[in-house]
Amino acid sequence: MKLLELLGYFNYWVFAIILTVGLYAVISKSNLIKKLIGLSIFQSAVFLMYITMDKVEGGTAPIIQSGVEDQIFSNPVPQVLILTAIVVGVSTLALGLAMVVRIKECYGTIEENEILDAD
Amino acid sequence: MSFSIAVALTLAVLDGQALQYAMGGWPAPYGIALSVDTFSAIVLLVITGASTAALLAAKPSIDQQIESERQPLFYAAWLLVLSGLVGIVVSADAFNIFVFMEISSLASYILIAGGPDRRALPAVFKYLMMGTIGATFYLIGVGLIYMMTGTLNLADIQDRLGDVTDINPVLVAAGFITIGLALKAAVFPLHVWVPNAYTHAPHMVTVFLAACATKVALYVLIRFDYMIFQATLEEHKVQFALFAMPLSILGILIASAVAMFEGHLKRRLASSSIAQIGYILLGVSFVSMAGLSASAMHMFNHALAKGGLFLAVACLAYQYRDLRLDQLGGAAARMPWTCAAFVVCGLSLIGVPGTAGFISKWLLITAALESDPWGGGLVAVILVSSLMAVVYVWRIVEALYFQAPVEGEGQYLKHQFKCY
Repeated sequence: MKLLELLGYFNYWVFAIILTVGLYAVISKSNLIKKLIGLSIFQSAVFLMYITMDKVEGGTAPIIQSGVEDQIFSNPVPQVLILTAIVVGVSTLALGLAMVVRIKECYGTIEENEILDAD
Repeated sequence: MSFSIAVALTLAVLDGQALQYAMGGWPAPYGIALSVDTFSAIVLLVITGASTAALLAAKPSIDQQIESERQPLFYAAWLLVLSGLVGIVVSADAFNIFVFMEISSLASYILIAGGPDRRALPAVFKYLMMGTIGATFYLIGVGLIYMMTGTLNLADIQDRLGDVTDINPVLVAAGFITIGLALKAAVFPLHVWVPNAYTHAPHMVTVFLAACATKVALYVLIRFDYMIFQATLEEHKVQFALFAMPLSILGILIASAVAMFEGHLKRRLASSSIAQIGYILLGVSFVSMAGLSASAMHMFNHALAKGGLFLAVACLAYQYRDLRLDQLGGAAARMPWTCAAFVVCGLSLIGVPGTAGFISKWLLITAALESDPWGGGLVAVILVSSLMAVVYVWRIVEALYFQAPVEGEGQYLKHQFKCY
């Protein structure tokens, strides 16, 4: 019973694990691209959390259909929110990659320790 | 323009009423609302004032640092930062605050990286990493709160948090939001992105961001911890005070000490900024009305003083290529007005009687004595750090006024002095 209860939070466990993996990559990798990948993983974890919490058991997409009246549907608000957050995440990633390109142009490397040595 | 609107708004909310505006005609708990009260009006004044002052003085400095074909993009990014920051302050919706925060952050990364200094790039990258992690933490916290209350409107959250039966997710949310915003606000151990980002940014960007970017994050922090969690979570008062007070004390002392030994002018001022954020947080951590008003006051005054200092630095930088202190000898003889402005702002930073900084430090000390059993110790901390401020400002003044001018490297460009 205890185990089942824990498994019931499966998505949230995955959320926590992905979050930690991403954060670990951001902190431990010295390659800037790998850092950005870690950041992206870190953000995806949050998307998963939002999408999990709007799910209603047996619910479908919140679209009005003709002839169907008492349909159960998932909460659309977190989906909308996370759509915005995904856009923000993509633009952050794009800006980060642009920075990496310029760092490469200026320093000739994207390894953090070599950049620090260069100055 | 935006500054005059902010002034009008301030006059409108001075009687203590909060203005509400429902976006798109949907009433508040369902639609996205804007709301301005006295506290946010002060922050609005700071933001728009800093932006206006910096832009008025910006033309020569920006002409010097940024190629003319990239200038329109630079100004566009500037306006994005401005609108993002203003949006954070007027928004009454937790998720909207996140979106505006990201708008202003992304645009400010562009601004900081816009200068000719290549060291700005790694600095921005670090800022981007930490800023995004902070914003994502905030997002997690907002998600958890939404999960428990089913609303994103700040006032509505406050109402409904009281009915929540399982308090644990809310506590976790409070933790995530506080840490995330502390990252954005450069609260002491999370401040590592500040010195490099401020030092290598174009000078005018430093004026703008130093005066308001971190203040706005602090504003949101105060909003959440004071007005939402404080009212609904029983233990939160003690927890928040225990979290914020040691950090702010350490931040004040260590950052002031670092500022005393920094050789680069902008770096020195950036370290002092971290110490000043410590003051603001210290006032907040008293969890009293006196502490809060001292903080709001200090926010305003610090923005004034630090904005003025960095503006003076920008003028100096217009004439001097190298901003390390030992290269700036005798600048006062060449630029008397700039240096005089620098001294006045420096005095305000120290908190000499007669300047704005004195008022807010006085309020802070009064609040400390009132509200805390160890108030005396806190007063000692404030006084010691003020003395440290005397030391680090004095070293700059000494360099500006009393050192012999350096020949050769500290190039004196034969431009007319028109920044100030």
